[in-house]
Amino acid sequence: MSHQDHQHDIEPIREELGQAVTSKGGREFWRSLEELSGTDRFREFLHREFPALNAPETDPSLLDPAGRRNFMKLMSASLALAGLTACTKQPKELVVPYVKVPAGLVPGKSSFYATSMTLGGVAQGLLVESNEGRPTKIEGNPDHPTRGGTDVFAQASVLSLYDPDRSQSVTYLGDVRTWGDFLNAFRSALDGQRTKQGNGLRILTETVTSPTFDEQMKKVMALFPQAKWHAYEPGGRDGARQGADLAFGEPVSTVYRFDNASVVLSLDADFLTSGPGATRYAREFIQRRRLTGGSTEMNRLYVVESTLTPTGSKADHRLPLSAGEVDSFARAVAAALGVNAGTPGTLSEEARKLAEAVAKDLRANAGKSLVVAGDHQSGSVHAIANAINVTLGAVGNTVIYTAPIELNVANPGGQVASINELIEDLNAERVDLLIILGGNPVYNAPIVKDSRSGKDLTFLEALKKVGMRVHLGLYVDETAEHCQWHVAESHYLEGWSDARAFDGTASIIQPLIQPLYGGHNAHDILAVMANEPGVPTYDIVRNTWKARLGPAFEETWKQALHDGFIPGTVAVPKTIVLRSDFSGKLPPVETGNQEIVFRLDPSVHDGRFANNSWLQELPKPISKVTWDNYAIISAKTAAVIGLTPKEEPSHTQAKMIKLIHGGRELTLPAWVQPGHPDNSVTVYLGYGRTRAGGVGTGLGFNAYSLRTADAPSIARNGVKYEVASGSYELASTQEHFAIDTSGIKSEFMIPGEDLTSRHILRTASLEEYSKDSHSLHHGAHKPGKELTVFPNWKYDGYSWGMAIDMNACVGCNACVVACQSENNIAVIGKDLVAKGRIMHWLRIDTYFRGGVVNPEVYFQPMMCQHCESAPCEVVCPVNATVHDAEGLNVQVYNRCVGTRYCSNNCPYKVRRFNYLLYGDWETPSLKNVRNPEVTIRSRGVMEKCTFCTQRIQAAKIESEKQNRPVRDGEIQTACQTACPTDAIIFGNLNDPESRVAKLKGEPRNYEVLADLNTRPRASYLGAIRNTNAEIAGVSGAKGHGNSHDDQHGGGANHG
Amino acid sequence: MADTTENKAYVDPRPPVIGPGYTFESLTTKIADTVLMRRFEKGWIFGFGVAFLLALALFNTVAYLVLKGVGIWGNSVPVGWAFDIINFVWWIGIGHAGTLISAILLLLRQSWRNSINRFAEAMTLFAVACAGLFPALHTGRPWLDYWLFPYPNTMGMWPNFRSPLMWDVFAVSTYATVSALFWFIGLIPDFGTMRDTAKHPWQRVVFGILSMGWRGDARHWHRYESAYLLLAGLSTPLVLSVHSIVSFDFSVGIIPGWHATIFPPYFVAGAVYAGFAMVLTIGIPVRKFYNLEDFITLRHIRNMCKVMLATGLIVGYGYLMELFFAWYSGNTYEQFMMKNRMFGPYGYMYWLLILCNILVPQLLWVKKYRDNLLVVFIVSMFINVGMWLERFVIIVMSLHRDFLPSSWRMYTPTVFDFSMFFGTIGLFLTLMFLFLRFVPIIPIFEMKVMLPQAKVKTEDQEQAAETDKGTLGGAVPQFGD
Repeated sequence: MSHQDHQHDIEPIREELGQAVTSKGGREFWRSLEELSGTDRFREFLHREFPALNAPETDPSLLDPAGRRNFMKLMSASLALAGLTACTKQPKELVVPYVKVPAGLVPGKSSFYATSMTLGGVAQGLLVESNEGRPTKIEGNPDHPTRGGTDVFAQASVLSLYDPDRSQSVTYLGDVRTWGDFLNAFRSALDGQRTKQGNGLRILTETVTSPTFDEQMKKVMALFPQAKWHAYEPGGRDGARQGADLAFGEPVSTVYRFDNASVVLSLDADFLTSGPGATRYAREFIQRRRLTGGSTEMNRLYVVESTLTPTGSKADHRLPLSAGEVDSFARAVAAALGVNAGTPGTLSEEARKLAEAVAKDLRANAGKSLVVAGDHQSGSVHAIANAINVTLGAVGNTVIYTAPIELNVANPGGQVASINELIEDLNAERVDLLIILGGNPVYNAPIVKDSRSGKDLTFLEALKKVGMRVHLGLYVDETAEHCQWHVAESHYLEGWSDARAFDGTASIIQPLIQPLYGGHNAHDILAVMANEPGVPTYDIVRNTWKARLGPAFEETWKQALHDGFIPGTVAVPKTIVLRSDFSGKLPPVETGNQEIVFRLDPSVHDGRFANNSWLQELPKPISKVTWDNYAIISAKTAAVIGLTPKEEPSHTQAKMIKLIHGGRELTLPAWVQPGHPDNSVTVYLGYGRTRAGGVGTGLGFNAYSLRTADAPSIARNGVKYEVASGSYELASTQEHFAIDTSGIKSEFMIPGEDLTSRHILRTASLEEYSKDSHSLHHGAHKPGKELTVFPNWKYDGYSWGMAIDMNACVGCNACVVACQSENNIAVIGKDLVAKGRIMHWLRIDTYFRGGVVNPEVYFQPMMCQHCESAPCEVVCPVNATVHDAEGLNVQVYNRCVGTRYCSNNCPYKVRRFNYLLYGDWETPSLKNVRNPEVTIRSRGVMEKCTFCTQRIQAAKIESEKQNRPVRDGEIQTACQTACPTDAIIFGNLNDPESRVAKLKGEPRNYEVLADLNTRPRASYLGAIRNTNAEIAGVSGAKGHGNSHDDQHGGGANHG
Repeated sequence: MADTTENKAYVDPRPPVIGPGYTFESLTTKIADTVLMRRFEKGWIFGFGVAFLLALALFNTVAYLVLKGVGIWGNSVPVGWAFDIINFVWWIGIGHAGTLISAILLLLRQSWRNSINRFAEAMTLFAVACAGLFPALHTGRPWLDYWLFPYPNTMGMWPNFRSPLMWDVFAVSTYATVSALFWFIGLIPDFGTMRDTAKHPWQRVVFGILSMGWRGDARHWHRYESAYLLLAGLSTPLVLSVHSIVSFDFSVGIIPGWHATIFPPYFVAGAVYAGFAMVLTIGIPVRKFYNLEDFITLRHIRNMCKVMLATGLIVGYGYLMELFFAWYSGNTYEQFMMKNRMFGPYGYMYWLLILCNILVPQLLWVKKYRDNLLVVFIVSMFINVGMWLERFVIIVMSLHRDFLPSSWRMYTPTVFDFSMFFGTIGLFLTLMFLFLRFVPIIPIFEMKVMLPQAKVKTEDQEQAAETDKGTLGGAVPQFGD
């Protein structure tokens, strides 16, 4: 009823009331206003005005037992409230009731703080959600140079914070000590060093970019001038440093500008999902591939790589080359561009032709071209990439060189040389006091050659010769085990610090919670060393910036804390000159026969996240294996060495392979990966931990045992593969990758089975797409909207929907972890994953098309499609899964009895069943990591993606408070906010101006399995590849040739 | 059917359905003695012991299942249903023969059924009991199973009447109720006989209670016959409806391999097929160990073989039609499903199924084999296995590879899947052994009808009618005491 009506109505009532008063004339008493106002008209008005007075006793709709929608309304409210029971206990030692409630704190309402997380020393800007003082969810910081979106590590880091296996105190020889005890011992050791000017003092850190650390270290070095600072971590990016040295003669940091790049060549670089700045790079790279609003402009990506990565999967032309061949390929491209980079080694005909075509394309796009070298690649590849970029005028456009953002870059050999030197010093007993600030060198340092005896020397052997060893770390790990003193480190969400982002921007690391276990960070220890004990970490960091920011400090600092970074600290571009003797300095191409490539694990990095169960259970991109590492090998090489030539990887009983490097051996399961180069084996580092914690100890195989200082990322000398006896079960979440008939066979494959006629993937080349924007839908069938027995439901208010751009999805998995974190999704362990019970609501389906040698790879994020005619809803016997008035398919956990009929009938198989009691209801600290707005499911109920119904509700409540509809973009699902490339868009389909509605109007838009007439609310935008006509049909394009057939003929013929 | 030749002399050329030389009294003694004798035979104790051990495995599994959850089985996503529903459908199917024999054959006046109907009904009842365990326990939260019933509740919630599982609840519970009533009512006159024959006071008391005051009065007989006929009438549609509805569980779904219109008749035929196979599997040994060759004659066995042949061919037709539909529909999912059935990773299961259900039973065309008990027993065992495989093929093989290849996954059962399955076989046999020992397994009064003595009185009148009126049309037997 409109406002006007009320005004019309109220006048006569006023009159009546007035009359009542006057007619009673004071002599007749009225006992109450009720009596006075007891007219029917007034009552009616009252009920209309305040319907709540009428309900619930008389509101028939609420009493109607069949009122499903009402039931849903109540249920969703009680579900939201039920989540509150999740927040049982705050960490015990920290519970202090508020005497004064801080301004702005509303219990039950979350707040966000800007902070940063470092990985490889480089900061990623984050916004962290805090619920009553507990950080619960990590989001990307869109204002930060990393531009919103996160990687998997940031998403999962909140679980590490609450990890009950974290180190919880200072220990001496394993016994609990106080921080004071440590300080006493530490000071006396330092006093001993002071007299020797720190001659026997060594400090070992990981990569550091923190300005505060820099300041402190300078003070320490001033006190101990003879001391040495070594920095080492397995992902140390030595290749890039050596490459800079070879090309420019000085260390630089490289920042790429993919927004300016039209043609990109990746030399074994997985720049979309790993390395500093990956989220920003992915965003800008994908931004050039949007193809929305009728655009047919697209960048082009060439990738040659030694391991199939997400970046390679997005390539328009990809060629698998062994790491050694990548060097040759780089030189061939350089030669074709007139850059003298020595003679290329032998290259296949296919690679040679590709190199020529790439060179041509790069030259044609000079200034808009970019060559990126992979972090684990050799210095020469980096140097060549630099040289090509300089030659083609990329500097300043697509690539910017700045002064190094990393500290401790003195050693041009890089971190491996640095740790090598340290190990020698330790072994020679030149060190009395070793302070290890973070890192786990006992586990992950390379094996070095003892210069005296020529024998292998591990870090551990050398470490034992040091008198006093101090370790600061998050865990009592392999290194802590061998150090007398261990100090529990505070998590980045617990302690103040700062760090630089990939482009040099100084970012504040702001804690959101008091250290759970009273931990300290490196700044505290350095403060002791710099003779400034007792200064709070906050002040240490603050003082650094006070000095640097000058008079405007207070305001800038405040703003910086709010924004997460200090403005104007971007590293300035540096003028660089290509060394004249560049080509002469390049080492000759190493043409090894067989090689082993060591790479950081996409889930547990160098092993530091080994105890993070979210990451362990995260299906690795492409292989979808969880909880393990393995040796990736091509089908051909597998056949050559005598492994069963099974082309499609098999999770069950993977065959064992023995890798030999020098005298060292490692036996681990082999994973036959389509698209992997021959004569090359990739092994992920980070597994085989012996002291990782309850989750990570004993998982997988330790590839560090093969890794030597002279071949830290690519081993060629003395490398051999052998078949080993036995087999091993790998828990993969996807067993079937091939989508067409073109070649990949597995033991279970059916001859001639063709799945392209299902039109699950709709792809086209850019050429086809520009000619006919509907070309990718050829042969596909979509029933009309009228094809339903029941009349279509009218959505008057909101009608939620989602669009997923397969052109944008890089398969990085960030959304999967984000969903897990947001929705309290249980971890079930390797055995149950192997049984097919993974609980992830969102998965990244990966499909191969084309032969086993070099297939095209496509990613398709798959979650509940919220079908309008949902097959699950019909079959649930207890009405536990129903449709709501805004089009969502909702699952009512309380009502579910667990028949699993809905899951069976779901064509997308996105429903997840709690076969056992999966949730950890016991561990106190893990209770804190949960999102209080989402129920923790019990055993025996079905669950699935809700489109983050809690976020929808929160936004709706907010909008209703402000008396306005929900704005477009106001609701962002967890997967959407985590996505670095904006591949997932959620919104109101009833609003024609919403982003999602517009995307659904794109010609690329399609629904998966549309022919079933399920009418999903999630739809996909087909993937378009910008193939180079010159190459198509020559190299790496076998797959592309096939794809053309599929698009034009395949669908229709098979349909 | 049987190759009958016209015979002017009106001599039934078929072998009799009861051995020669029995009187009313000797028949009563023979059947009642198995129940009333005091000692337990060694064979029975052994058989019961083995069966009960298996049943104990079931009880243990169930306890563990309720404590831990259905995760102790091998079910997964995509294979949400596996052994649980396979076993359910298998057992329900087995039950069908009982109802068919007692109800439909009764209405069709196939008097040869008289000697096997009680036994078949008991089988039905026990099979339904075993079947019922699975849907009740396969849910994630079995203690909430009652939510599937439409009962007034404070939540104001109804079950979802669109769900075939809901229909299952009605179908199976009705079926169980009617089967139990039918079985018990059929037993009342015999309980009366037992009460009267029994020598021990406790036997008299127990059978006295069970016989519910049966006196063999003409009014009792009249009411008994009406009630029995009514229940037979009620049961008849159930034979068709129960398995039709069970088949809806699948055909209402959209999964290729489930979504087929042929399912109801194909499932009913399959159920009868399986049921008769089980009757023979149990009947042949029982007949031997309890010396019932005179009551369960070769003619019974032959007739059952013929029924199996007929229903087996219907089932075969069903398989053929599935193939045809897949080809004719032009539907890529259906075509893939059939290919996957035949040549996929579980292809051997499909070919085993064809062997068990289609090829081996063809032996029964040969009269010599129909008369060879060993052959018949082996064939019926094949059918039992084959029908289980059929459900595996339909349920697991359809689910394990449906629409999106990304979610395809192999299914592996666990030890608890097997202990649950064999445990129900144990439970079934345990109940069967108890039945054999404590209840007259052959309806005494119905057998008496078939004795030549029963026909004496009415022979003159009936000769003109030339009809075999079976139980209901026949004279009310006289019970001597």
